[in-house]
This record gives sequence, C-alpha cells and structure tokens, in this order.
Amino acid sequence: MSTLQRDPDTRVEILDEDGRVRDGATVPDLDEAQLVEMYREMRLGRHFDQRAVSLQRQGRMGTFPPMSGQEGAQVGSAHALRNDDWIIPSYREHAAVYGKDVGLAETLQYWMGDERGNQMDGKPVFPAAVPIATQIPHATGLAWASKLKDEDRVFLCYFGDGATSEGDFHEGLNFAGVFDTPSIFFCNNNQWAISVPRERQTASQTIAQKATAYGFDGVQVDGMDPLAVYKVTRDAVEKARNPDGDAPRPTLIEAVQYRFGAHTTADDPSVYRDDEEVEQWKDRDPIDRLEKYLRAEGILDDERIETITDEIEDEVAEAIEAAESTERPDPAGIFQHVFDQQPARIANQQAAFERLRDRHGDEELLE
Amino acid sequence: MSANDTTETDDLTLVQAVRDGLYGEMDRDDEVIVMGEDVGKNGGVFRATEGLYEEFGNDRVIDTPLAESGIVGTAIGMAAYGLKPVPEIQFMGFIYPAFDQIVSHAARIRTRSRGRFTCPMVVRAPYGGGIRAPEHHSESKEAFFVHEPGLKVVVPSTPRDAKGLLAASIRDPDPVVFLEPKLIYRAFRGDVPTEPYTTPLGEAAVRREGSDVSVFTWGAMAQQTVEAADQLAGEIDVEVVDLRTLSPLDTDAIVESFKKTGRAAVVHEAPKTGGLAGEITATIQEEALLYQEAPIKRITGFDTPFPLYALEDYYLPEPARIKDGIREVVEF
Ligand SMILES: Cc1ncc(C[n+]2csc(CCOP(=O)(O)OP(=O)(O)O)c2C)c(N)n1
Ligand SMILES: [Mg+2]
Repeated sequence: MSTLQRDPDTRVEILDEDGRVRDGATVPDLDEAQLVEMYREMRLGRHFDQRAVSLQRQGRMGTFPPMSGQEGAQVGSAHALRNDDWIIPSYREHAAVYGKDVGLAETLQYWMGDERGNQMDGKPVFPAAVPIATQIPHATGLAWASKLKDEDRVFLCYFGDGATSEGDFHEGLNFAGVFDTPSIFFCNNNQWAISVPRERQTASQTIAQKATAYGFDGVQVDGMDPLAVYKVTRDAVEKARNPDGDAPRPTLIEAVQYRFGAHTTADDPSVYRDDEEVEQWKDRDPIDRLEKYLRAEGILDDERIETITDEIEDEVAEAIEAAESTERPDPAGIFQHVFDQQPARIANQQAAFERLRDRHGDEELLE
Repeated sequence: MSANDTTETDDLTLVQAVRDGLYGEMDRDDEVIVMGEDVGKNGGVFRATEGLYEEFGNDRVIDTPLAESGIVGTAIGMAAYGLKPVPEIQFMGFIYPAFDQIVSHAARIRTRSRGRFTCPMVVRAPYGGGIRAPEHHSESKEAFFVHEPGLKVVVPSTPRDAKGLLAASIRDPDPVVFLEPKLIYRAFRGDVPTEPYTTPLGEAAVRREGSDVSVFTWGAMAQQTVEAADQLAGEIDVEVVDLRTLSPLDTDAIVESFKKTGRAAVVHEAPKTGGLAGEITATIQEEALLYQEAPIKRITGFDTPFPLYALEDYYLPEPARIKDGIREVVEF
C-alpha cells in the first residue's frame, strides 16, 4: 500500500531509461510468462498502431487515434486486473482492451465505422467513449452498483490529461470518494490534449494531487515503465478490493507518458510541437526499456524476439483480413437497438427506407 | 453595408470564409475575442482560426482547457462585461457540457436582468454528417437551440454567407449559435468580398426560383436540394429556399414562396421528430392554409441515433430521396 501513500509528485519508477532496475526499486512479482506476454502485447500494440495508421492513409479506414508510446501504461495497468475486473476506456486504449480479449479485428471494425465492433459481448469492457471525460461518472456508477451487489470487482477507468478539465472528471471522482467505490481512475497523461499542452490544462503541479481534494490517494507513475505501472495499479486494485480498515477504496493514478504520433490521423502535430521534444520522449520508449530488462534477465534473446515479431505480424495481418472481409453492416442496423421495442414511427421510417432502396438500388443512393 | 458586384473578392471555401469573417471582425473591433480548444497555435482542428493567434496574440485568441461548460460559461461572463467572445465548440456533438450555460444563462441573462446584462456572444460549432468521422461527430441538433427562446441560430451554406452571417452574428447584441456545415467546409469555393460586410440575420435566400413546389432547407442540405431540383428540371419546377437563419425564422419568405407554389417539402439532416420541418410546416398551415394543395413532405434524417460512418450515407437525405419526396408532393 505504501506505493500509493506518497507525495503526489514523487513519481513511482522502477526501470530507468536503459531498462535497468533503479536503485532501491523493487520489481513486482511477475513470472516469466507474464513478463513475456506483457512484452508481446506491447509489441503487438505498436505494430497494430502502425498498420492502422497506414490503413487510414490508404482510405481503408476512417479517422484513427494512434497510441504509440502509450503501450506501457495500457498493458501494465490491464495486467494488474483480475479477469472479471472491468475496463472503462476512452477511445485510445486498443492495447488495454486487447487484454480483456477484445480482438484486434473488433477494434478495427469499430474504427471502420461499424457499431458491431463496439459490442465486445460478454467482456468486462464498456464501449468506447468519444465525448471527453463522460465515461468517468459511468465508471463510478458501475463500481458503485457492483459494490451494492456485494461483489469484489474493481473498475478501472482510462482518460487523458485533457479530460481532467471537464466537470465530469470532478463529479465522477467526487462521487467515488463519497460512496467509496472500488474504482481506479487511470489518467494517461500523454502531455497533450490535441494541441494543448499539459501546463495549459491545469495550474496544478500534478494531476495526481487532485485526488487529495476527493479524499483518496493520488499517485504519479512513470507511464512508460510497464513494471512501475503494473505495480501501482496492482496496489490500487488490492486496496479497492480489500481496503485496509478505513482506507478509501478509490485511487487516482497519473501515468506520465507521451503520445509519439498524431492525436488522430486527422491531426498534424508539427503545427504545435517540436520534433526535438518527441525525440526526447522516444528515449523512454516503454518497449525498448522492457526489452532491455528482459534481455538482461535472460528472459528474451534474439531468437525469441524474432519469433514474437513474426507472430504479432501474422496476428495483425489476420485481424485486418478478418475486419476487411466481414460483410458490411446491414443498413437495417440503423433502425435496430434504438429501443427494446421498435415504435411504430420508426418502423414506418424503416419501411419507407426499404422502399427507397428497392426503387433506386444502393449504388444510386450511395453515389 | 452589403456586398455588391463591384467589390473586390477572394475565391474562398466556406471554412476559409469563416476564418476571413473572424479576421475582419477582430481587426475592426478589439472587443472581439476567439476562445476554445485548439483554436490558438493549432488554428482549429478545421483550420477555421488559422493565423489568428499569430495576428492577434494569445490574449485574443485563447486556447482554453478542455471544458465546454467552462468555455461558454466564462464567455458569458466576458460578454456581460463588455467583450464580444466567439467561443468555438470543436464539434456540435461536444456542446452538451455547455448546454446548461447556453440555455439557462446565455439565452436568459437579458430577460433575467431586465436588459441590464446582455450576452453578445457567438458560439461557433461545426455540425452535420458525411465526413466519415467517429461517433458524436456527425449529428445535427439545431432544433435543441431553436427551441430555446433568447437564442439566435444561424447556418450558412455558401462561403459568401458564411462571412457575412458570421459578421452579423458577432455584431448582434444577443447570443447566436452559429452552426457550420462541415461537409461543405471545403466542398466548393465562391466569391467572397474582401472587405468586411454583413449578411442580415433572419432573412432567407431563394437559391433557385420555381413555380411548382417550394423546398425549404439549410446547411449542407441546401446543395443536395439544389442538385435534386436541377435533376428534376423539365419535369418539375422546384423553388429552393435556404433559410440561413433558423431562429428567428423568416416567416415572410416561407409564406411568400408557399403562396406562389401551394406545395412544399422541407429537407434536413436532423431526425424527423421534433425537427424544424415540423415547425415550418405548422407555420405554413397557420399562415397559408388556403393555398395548400398537397401535404407538406418532410425529407429528413431518421428518428435513430446517427449511425457510424459505414452506414451514414444511408442516413443522410441525398438527391434520390429528395427527388422522390418532391415528386410525391407534386403528384398528390
Ligand atoms: C467533450 C469533448 N470535447 C471535445 C472533444 C474533441 N476532442 C477529442 S480528443 C480531444 C483531446 C483529448 O485530450 P486528452 O484528454 O488529453 O486525451 P488524449 O487524446 O491525449 O488521449 C478533444 C478536445 C471531445 N471528443 N469531447
Ligand atoms: Mg492527452
């Protein structure tokens, strides 16, 4: 628990920029298989990201928000959850939701403009939330309901640094404090909200310190160190599930990191930030650091890395193939799932729409 | 002052005309300030504020924290204190955190204070579908704002109008929600007078004269409707009226056109139920019932959430659907 009870500006760090364990730091208790899986998922996330951006460039997909640089925060935190703990994502957590068995093909399907990719049936994952910060009160509500049902699940909500400026951030965290919900609020502070830098978002020295006002712990972690992220999230999960005496369950984690790429494929970051800054943060690449650590520990070598590289390339290629070969959504889907029972007015509109399609054919309608 | 044919013009897209309008108003009036998410150094995600930050500095072109209620709420305070803020909401789908500020305060502060405080503010927001964007980036919810007394709602459909209507909105002493049809932000160019000018609020424009049927529309649908009307030429003589200001509606123009044709359709992207087509239809019934020769047709989006982009082209009215609707009215 002590990892969480510290000044919000003393950052939890384990690996240094070269992947060496920092003096005095303890590596969390993860077995070899888990460490390799974390590494694999981060590599998968990076490769997926690059392919997704090029799909958009080729006109095979709409706007896409890349996450390169942020894999360590996503994978490190998702791995600290139990299988039945929930993730409430924003829109950039492609690697985190993969950890909840949301296939890459589903993620692609969603970004290809097909609602079915957002269904994630049976998985403890809430649909992507595009309006900034709006998922935060939902996350509190989900956790609250679970607590009222006497379960012992934990609910981890992701959002960005920009999101902390919205009223919903305040209201969601305030409720969590008041009703002591089993919540983790995980801020992916990637330094930028599109073109607005972190300093412009809040005059607070850290985002973690905002937790003080809600009456629970706030902790800052090196978000590009997957081991440190795992450790703080693990402690926050423990506390949410089995609080120590009167200790409040919720935690705010500020994972300090950087978005290497554009905000989305529609954004041109060269307008508002220097390459130099990007290069500096690239020295802290979470994948390189974990790889160096695992090599030094004798867990990874060239051969294993090559195998992993081949496997992830195949997995991403298969996901793209699967997403692109999925039949297009039936236009009738526009009228489905609006209500449990379709009202007559909508049924009439659907019937008129089908007559229109019969008269003209899809080609003419879509030209 | 309104534009005439001898004035110097630039060939601009609609979004460039918005930018030009902001530039002109900021240049002539120091009290005009632009604020919002990414409007400064980035020049806006659609480049509608490009170059303004460099020209007018960060006291007048302000990158704010990511908080729409904060943006509009502070703009209301600034407006009440003598500035003329022009807050940008990045997409109409993200205006809702500010909804309370807009409807509870911007729209009412004049009434509440018996005219002591006013709200000369223009909330700009790109709106509408058809750009293959993620969820919440495509809706048309102008009716929410039209329903609120005390707000003006303006929608340009040409570059020339975009500049003139924006200038008129900024100079207007009351709050305006200025909705920019982003589908046609860069779809075509048009002549835009170089010097500042205003296009009066509350006046519709006849885009195409015709005698058989009147079609009322606005925003991105104006172009689709004119296209449909052109395709019907020879068969049906369609008049297309671009309302331009949705609140207050130009009742005179609506009624005048209808009295001429006796038949009408309304085209909008927004869902049918509670949409403005109902208001326009009812206005015609009140003012010109005895001229009516056929039921008035609403050619609109469906009463469903706007679908993700794989299906959006089915959702939006396009020329085939518009032509069918017009034929139905004429053949009645
Ligand atoms: C309520 C709302 N306002 C504006 C937007 C437009 N927008 C999308 S992402 C974004 C920046 C988000 O920054 P941050 O919270 O730091 O998350 P990041 O994208 O950096 O992960 C903005 C302004 C939105 N989606 N929702
Ligand atoms: Mg950010």
